[in-house]
Amino acid sequence: MDYILGIFLLLLSSILVNNFVLSRFLGICPFLGVSSQVTTATGMGLAVTFVMGLASVITYLVQYFVLVPLGIPYMQTLAFILVIAALVQFVEMVLMKSSPTLHQALGVYLPLITTNCAVLGVAIINIEEQYDLLQTFVHGIGAALGFMLAIVLFAGIRERLETSPIGKAFSGFPIGLITAGLMSIAFLGFQGLIK
Amino acid sequence: MLNDILWPVAALGGLGLLLGLLLALASKKFAVKKDPKVEAIRDLLAGANCGACGFPGCNSLAQAMAEGKAAVDACPATSNEARARIAEILGVEAVETEPMSAVVLCRGGTNSKDAFEYEGVQTCAAAKLVAGGPKICAWGCMGLGDCIRACKFSAIAFNRYGVPRVDENKCVACGQCVKACPQGIIKLLPKSSTVRVECMNHNRGKDIRPICSNACFGCGMCFKACEEGAITFQNYLASVDPKKCTACLACIEKCPTGAIVSTLAKAREKQSQ
Repeated sequence: MDYILGIFLLLLSSILVNNFVLSRFLGICPFLGVSSQVTTATGMGLAVTFVMGLASVITYLVQYFVLVPLGIPYMQTLAFILVIAALVQFVEMVLMKSSPTLHQALGVYLPLITTNCAVLGVAIINIEEQYDLLQTFVHGIGAALGFMLAIVLFAGIRERLETSPIGKAFSGFPIGLITAGLMSIAFLGFQGLIK
Repeated sequence: MLNDILWPVAALGGLGLLLGLLLALASKKFAVKKDPKVEAIRDLLAGANCGACGFPGCNSLAQAMAEGKAAVDACPATSNEARARIAEILGVEAVETEPMSAVVLCRGGTNSKDAFEYEGVQTCAAAKLVAGGPKICAWGCMGLGDCIRACKFSAIAFNRYGVPRVDENKCVACGQCVKACPQGIIKLLPKSSTVRVECMNHNRGKDIRPICSNACFGCGMCFKACEEGAITFQNYLASVDPKKCTACLACIEKCPTGAIVSTLAKAREKQSQ
């Protein structure tokens, strides 16, 4: 029972308390790059969710069934990047086939998930925290959902910023960065949620 | 020692090979058929992404052409040779069009008087909103350069009187300046029409003479000078019929205000004197 509760808390904490973008400051590049429209932000969020969920599980398997038995855990970063890059390639192919419009909207940010620190970050945190396979998967999905929550909220705000009277010096990215900072402060409020 | 090197290499190599194989399989399964025509056509297009065709860029136009949704001559910036090769790729009849160039039909600038001093946003579109613009002449160029900014080919520049002039060699007749000009005094004319009246005003002589020294006020001197009958008048404004004009330049010599202009070199020499 405690284990299931732990899983639930892990999911909640990875979405809200340890939000990857707003608390850990990982994955800022797509967060700022693909957040001008809610629809593309959602698409990016889904792509990242898919990659993060799958990457967590596969990197877990690679770590404990390849790297540790062979005594080469120092190859972790290299092996993980390899797995993530292959996964992103796969996602790109699927997207090109199933939704060319979304593929075009995501543009260069899709292949950039390869080097997205959020994806590598979640894989490494999984190992560091010594999660088991289920926890790893839940943490990966939770982190990605947190990313999606942050980017969709941010895109919603940015859509409104477009039509707001903002001084010339602040319009565009400056006001975007200030907004991101304010959102981060707001998410600090979740820190007391789980003890 | 050997193990320390061999195992990592074997493990990562194996991992890479496995993932590579999986990706190769996936690329077969999720292959998207791309039309090779699209790329071939895009390479033949002007590549300026000017938007004259109505599509967001050359790539979109190439796609539309390959799908048969756009005409072969949809791009005005493409040369006739390139157009013929596009037609060849598509297997349709080539369409030849006469090369056009944008022309600013005004010679006012500092020769044309202002009604008031305009100090607002420095674009023609904004100036036009203030009582129809700072020029007294309702057809006069306001000289704030909306056409110059609209031109993606750097073909337009101000002359010394502050009126934009189009470099015919650079102009591809994409029509962006025509759209940008709030006065509507930029027209696309065939490059072969070498003589034209560069004025658009329809006022009588006594109304326009005090305002602009370079305006056509319909005096009829050119009409009398022309032996080919190429000049016609409408609302006190002369116009040259390019089909009848033989470029004898008799009209230019007679014009009292210099409103008739020729692109021919011999006429240019006379004008600069």
